[in-house]
Amino acid sequence: MASLREIKTRITSTKKTKQITKAMEMVSAAKLNRAQTNAQSYEPYTQKIRDVVTSIASSNTEATHPMLEERPIKKTAYVAIFSDSGLAGGYNANLLRSFLDKLKERHNSTDEYGVIVVGRIGRDLIKKRGIPILGEITGLPDEPAFTDIKEITRLAVDLYADEKIDQLYLWYNHFVSPIQQDVTETKLLPLTELSEGAEVKQSYEYEPSAEAILEQLLPQYAESLIFGALLDAKASEFGARMTAMSAATDNADGLIDDLTLSYNRARQAAITQEISEIVGGAAALE
Amino acid sequence: MPTINVNVVTPDGTVFDGDVDMVSVRAQSGELGILPGHIPLVAPLTIEAVRLKKGTNTDLLSVSGGFIEVRPDKVTILAEAAEKPEEIDVDRAEQAKKRAEERLQRAKQDDTDFKRAQLSLRRATTRLKVAGK
Repeated sequence: MASLREIKTRITSTKKTKQITKAMEMVSAAKLNRAQTNAQSYEPYTQKIRDVVTSIASSNTEATHPMLEERPIKKTAYVAIFSDSGLAGGYNANLLRSFLDKLKERHNSTDEYGVIVVGRIGRDLIKKRGIPILGEITGLPDEPAFTDIKEITRLAVDLYADEKIDQLYLWYNHFVSPIQQDVTETKLLPLTELSEGAEVKQSYEYEPSAEAILEQLLPQYAESLIFGALLDAKASEFGARMTAMSAATDNADGLIDDLTLSYNRARQAAITQEISEIVGGAAALE
Repeated sequence: MPTINVNVVTPDGTVFDGDVDMVSVRAQSGELGILPGHIPLVAPLTIEAVRLKKGTNTDLLSVSGGFIEVRPDKVTILAEAAEKPEEIDVDRAEQAKKRAEERLQRAKQDDTDFKRAQLSLRRATTRLKVAGK
């Protein structure tokens, strides 16, 4: 059995750890709250753009745009959204596992794809596996602004416009609840599913022309989808971290209970031993 | 007198939501004045101040690009960035203007840097104009 002092040290250190995980749990809860609010206030923006894009794409048969048309797939790009820091349970690991499986299933060589990666952890993991990286962004704030990711949304849209890539997928953890985040893959470009099944709510006049509007609107729409995914992913990250930290706090509690029990046992054993030594000593003197 | 509801939405949330008498914007094809009862319209905007007229008051908003969607009783402006005069960081805009001017001097005409600098100059001057500086 471990000595009294050893057990004591372990109890103290576990208590310290618990304090940290508890604090992180509460911080994540607060951040999750804010991330959800941000995602909500962003919703009208995408919704509105989607409305207008759909109404143009479905009402006007003349207007076309490269982003609306499928072309032969030579190269695929993926935007994968990871987190910057760890301690978020399976947040990064789950995403990476599904992502790598899919890559293996879909592609034979690394020439066929490239990844635009968000988040330090993801970047390191992807780099280590020798997957070509087209662009990266790390150190995003907890409440990202649209301008923070402008660089990669622009990059993704430009690569597509220059025909350097022929399709674009988005990978991220979709927020369902604090204890559930689903790894999600969305096809971003080309925007083929737009014109299907959409009902025309409003027919518009286009100034100067429908083509000119698509020209400006579609990149903006694609960028807004990436940003929306990022906000969603941020909420997932905090949810995952909150759950992981709450589990860690519970574990620490259990560990402290066990350790306290064995500490008390050891203490009692020591006392018993001491008494029997005294009694034994006294008996020897008689 | 009928009014028209105006909504200015950016990725970071709604910047303006209210009823006004008239909206003036600079679309890519030219100046547009929108009164209540306008036919449905969609037009891309340039980087320019949006004027919201209400009674004798005219409010200015700086809007960076985006587009305008008009319905008879409702106008929605969707832009990547939009600010009210009091939200504008004048120092930052002035610095951005200076930076963009320097870059315009150095860069070549057909460079993407040149275009980028031109755009950021437009944004900075619009912000300064709206802020009244």
